[in-house]
Amino acid sequence: MAQTTKVFGQSVLRKEDDRFLTGRGNFVADMLPPGTVFAKFVRSPYAHARIRSINTAKARRLPGVLDVLTSQDMKDQVGDIITAWAIPNANLKTPAYPPLAREVVRYAGEAVAVVVAESPFIAENARDLVEVEYDPLPVVTDVETATKPGRAPLHGDAPDNVAFKWILAGGDVDKVFQEADVVVSQRFVNQRLQPTAMEPRAAIAQFEPGTRELTLHVTSQNPFVHRLVLSIVLKYPEHLIHVIAPDVGGGFGSKIPVYPWEAIVCHLAMRLGRPVKWVEDRMENYVATTHGRDHVQYVDLAAKKDGTILGIRARVLANMGAYLSTAAPGIPTILFGFMVGGCYAIQAGRVEVTGVFTNTTPVDAYRGAGRPEALFLLERMVDILARKLKKDPADIRRKNFIPADKFPYPTAMGLTYDSGNYPGTLEKALDKVGYEKLRKEQAEGRRKGKLMGIGLSTYVEICGLGPSAVVTSTGFAGGLWGASTVRLHPTGKATVYTGGHPHGQGEETTFAQIVGEELGIPVADIEVVHGDTKLTPYGQGTYGSRTTPVEGGSIALSARKVRDKARKIAAHLLEAREEDLEFADGKFVVKGSPKAAKTIQEIAWAAYMAGNMPKGVEPVLDATTFYDPTNFVFPFGCHICVVDVDRETGQVKIRRYVAVDDVGNQINPMIVEGQVHGGVLQGLAQAMLEQSVYDENGNLLTNSLIEYLVPTALEAPRIETDSTVTPSPHNPLGVKGVGETGTIASSQAYVNAVCDAVGVDHIDMPVTAEKVWRVLHPK
Amino acid sequence: MATKRKKASPKRKRIRTENGTHTITVAVNGRTFTRAVEPRVLLVDFIRDELRLTGTHIGCDTSHCGACTVLVDGHAVKSCTMLAVQADGRKITTIEGLSEHGRLHPIQEAFKAHHGLQCGFCTPGVVLAALELLQVENAPSEDRIRTAISGNICRCTGYSSIVDSVAAAGEMMRPGKG
Repeated sequence: MAQTTKVFGQSVLRKEDDRFLTGRGNFVADMLPPGTVFAKFVRSPYAHARIRSINTAKARRLPGVLDVLTSQDMKDQVGDIITAWAIPNANLKTPAYPPLAREVVRYAGEAVAVVVAESPFIAENARDLVEVEYDPLPVVTDVETATKPGRAPLHGDAPDNVAFKWILAGGDVDKVFQEADVVVSQRFVNQRLQPTAMEPRAAIAQFEPGTRELTLHVTSQNPFVHRLVLSIVLKYPEHLIHVIAPDVGGGFGSKIPVYPWEAIVCHLAMRLGRPVKWVEDRMENYVATTHGRDHVQYVDLAAKKDGTILGIRARVLANMGAYLSTAAPGIPTILFGFMVGGCYAIQAGRVEVTGVFTNTTPVDAYRGAGRPEALFLLERMVDILARKLKKDPADIRRKNFIPADKFPYPTAMGLTYDSGNYPGTLEKALDKVGYEKLRKEQAEGRRKGKLMGIGLSTYVEICGLGPSAVVTSTGFAGGLWGASTVRLHPTGKATVYTGGHPHGQGEETTFAQIVGEELGIPVADIEVVHGDTKLTPYGQGTYGSRTTPVEGGSIALSARKVRDKARKIAAHLLEAREEDLEFADGKFVVKGSPKAAKTIQEIAWAAYMAGNMPKGVEPVLDATTFYDPTNFVFPFGCHICVVDVDRETGQVKIRRYVAVDDVGNQINPMIVEGQVHGGVLQGLAQAMLEQSVYDENGNLLTNSLIEYLVPTALEAPRIETDSTVTPSPHNPLGVKGVGETGTIASSQAYVNAVCDAVGVDHIDMPVTAEKVWRVLHPK
Repeated sequence: MATKRKKASPKRKRIRTENGTHTITVAVNGRTFTRAVEPRVLLVDFIRDELRLTGTHIGCDTSHCGACTVLVDGHAVKSCTMLAVQADGRKITTIEGLSEHGRLHPIQEAFKAHHGLQCGFCTPGVVLAALELLQVENAPSEDRIRTAISGNICRCTGYSSIVDSVAAAGEMMRPGKG
C-alpha cells in the first residue's frame, strides 16, 4: 500500500506515560467505592497439617467485623479452583484445589479462613483472633525427596506425589547416542523464583442486586479468562459477570492465574451486598501468588568429535507446588520440551518431565515460562561440550546452527520455526563485543592470574501464543486467537478495542501506531481500550509474548477492513472506480487528479451521516476481526556477557552485556529496547541473586524483599542493544514477540561467562560469590 | 536526613482527642489539610486513604521497594517509614504535586522522553527519589544517580532508561534551560 505516513517503526513516545507520571494511573488498590469493606485471609503457618478446629467466635465478636468464613461456610457457593491446561497423554492428576483449605493445609500460606470488616485495621485485628488448631504432618518441599518411594503423599489421588509424567521425543534418540563420539552430562537446578510484580495483587468485587450483575476489578493479565473461570467456580452466569483489569502494575505471568481469593471476594460481595476489597501485602504476595521455574534437570548431549551436536536428552523433575494452578501443567511441558533443540539442527531429542507435588506455593508462569528453563540447559550444555572438545563456544554454535536458507524449518521436536538467521545475530554480537580481541585479552590475562570470562547465549524462543488448533490440542482450555475492533467516530477519531491486556508493554501506543499507519490517522487521535469485558470483544489477554503478533495482527486486519470500506465510500463520493484511488497520508486520491480527494475523516463523517452511501454498504466505519495465527513466532538472537571475577572474593562484575535480538519488524524500537532491557535484568537476576528458599518445615524464608534479592539500580548493568530484522512470514505485520526474549537469553549468558572465567563445567544459579569462591578455592 | 529544616508552613498543633486520634495539619502539594488520625496510621496510608492521593503506591511492607516515596520538607522519604502524626507541620510533595497547570515537570518530561517507565507502578517513587538528588546536584554522575534510586525497585525497565531519564532531567533543570 503506497503510503507516506510512517508511524510504524518510529519510536513514538508512549501515550500511557502521562497518567503514570502524574500519579493518575488507575490501579485496583487505588479504588475505593462507597461502602467498601475489607477482606483479609487467615493463612496457615504450617506447610502441611491437618486442621483440627477453627474457632471464629472471638473474631466475630470484634466490633466492625461483618463476616468470618471457613471452607465449610462456602462449600455450596464457591467451587474448587480449576486447572485450564490439561496436558494429554501424561496421566495428569488434578487433585481438588479448594478455595479455602478443607481438613488439610498443604503449603505455608494456604488460606483457611477469611475475615471481612469495616476497615482494613479491624480486619487485620480480627484475622489474628481466628483460632486454628493444626496437627502437623510430614513436610516435603523438594522434588527429589517428594518422589522417593514411601513418602507420605500430599494428595490421596496422587499417591507418589506425581502430578503428571510427560514425554516428548523426536528423531531416533537411542541411535544418535550410540553413534556419538562424545556424550556430556550435567545436572542443573533451575531454581524457584518469586515473580515480584511491583504492584501486589488486589481485587474489588461489587454486586448490583437490581441487575444481579457482579463486577470484579482485579489485577489480571486476562480479564476474560477470569470471567470464564469465575463463572465456573462461582456457578454464576458468565454474562452477569463483569471483569475489569484497569492499570496493572506488572504481571510477569503471576497475574494470569485465577486465584481462590478472587473468587472468595466475589462471593463475599454477593453475600454482604457491599463492595469487598482485598489487597495483598508483599509478604502475602510471596506465599499466596504463584512462583516460577523450579526444575531439577538431568541432561545429556551427544556429539561428534568435530563438535556436531547429534541429540539431547533431558529428564526433568518440575516442582508444581501444592496444587495445580491455572496454566501450571503446560509450563514445564509444552512451553519447555519443544524448545530443547534451540537454534541447532539437532537430529533427535527426548524430554521426560515429571510434575511433582510438594508443600510449597503453587508454581505457574513466570516471564519466559518454560522457555528459560529449556534454553538455559541447552546453552549450558553447548558450552560444556565446547569445553570438553576444547573448541571455541562461538565456533561450535556456528557449526550447529540451522542455516538461514532452511526456513521454515521443521525441528526434530515437532515445531516449524517460521524464519531466522542465527549466524546473523551471532556475528553481529561478536563484532559488537569485540570477541577476538577479548579472547586475546583473556588468554594474556590468565597468564597473569586474571579471571575474565565471555559467555555466549544464542537463543530462539516460541511465542505469539498461538494457533488455536495447536494450543487446544495440547490440552489448553482456550483458543488463542486475537480479537479487535477498530472504530472510527464521526469526527474521524478512532478507538481500538483489543483483546490483549498490556500492563507495561506499551501497546496503548504501538497499537495506535498500527492503526495510524494503516489509516493515516494521527496517533494522538487514536485511543486503545483494553481490560474490560463489557467493552472489548472476547480477548485472551497478554502473556507468552502474544500481544503484538496476535492481538496486533488482528488490529492490522481490522484497520485494513476499515480502509477497504472507506475506499468503497470514497469511490462513491468521488465518482471514481475503486481501483483508480490511491491511499496515502490518510487520503484517497484519484490517480492523476490530486484535487479529487477525500480524507479518512471526511469518509468517517459520511459513513455516519449515511445519507449518501454506495449501494449495499452499511453505515458506520468500523470493523472487528478474530485472527487466528497459522503458526507461532520464533524470535531469536545472541547475547554476550563479559565478566571479571575477583579470585580472592569470588565476586563477579559484569563488564559488558551485549544483546542482539531479532524480533521481526519493530513497531516502536524504543519500546522494543525497553522490553529487552527489562527482560535481560530479570534473567540476570535469576543468574546472580534470586532464589526462593524453604526451610525443612516448609517455611518460605525468602518471604519479603529483605531476603528475596530483587536487583536494584546498583546491581543492574548497562545493556548494549542492537538488532537484525527477519520478519515473520505468516502474520500481517511481520512482527515477533519481544516481552520474554531478554529473560530467555540472559541467565545462561551470565553463567557461561562465569564458568568460562573460572574454568568449570557448571555452577548452579544463583551464582553467588561464595559458590564462585569455592570453585576457586577447593579444599 | 535533614539536619536543618526550613520553617514549615502550617503551624504544628498536635491535639489528642478523646477517641485516641490526633489532629494533624500537613501541607500537601501546597494545600493545607487538617485531619484527625489514629496514631498507628502510616503516612502512606494517610496520603492514599485519607487524602485520596493514590499516585503514592505501596509495593512492600518492609520499606524496601520505594514505591511510596514522597518529599517531606524537600527530602525523599519512604512514606511507609513515617507515621502520619510525625508529618504534623511538615510540607509534603507527592507525585500529583509535580506538574503545574497541566504541564509536566521537566523530570516527568524526561522520563517520558527516555522511556523511563513501563507499568508505571514504581514510577512516582522513583521520580521523587531522583528529584531529591537533582535539587542539590544537576549534573550527577551515573553512579550518583544509581545510588540515589537504589532504594527504589523497578521490575520492568532494567534501570538504564531511568538513569538516562534522570540525567536528562538534570540537564533540563539546569539554570537557563527549559
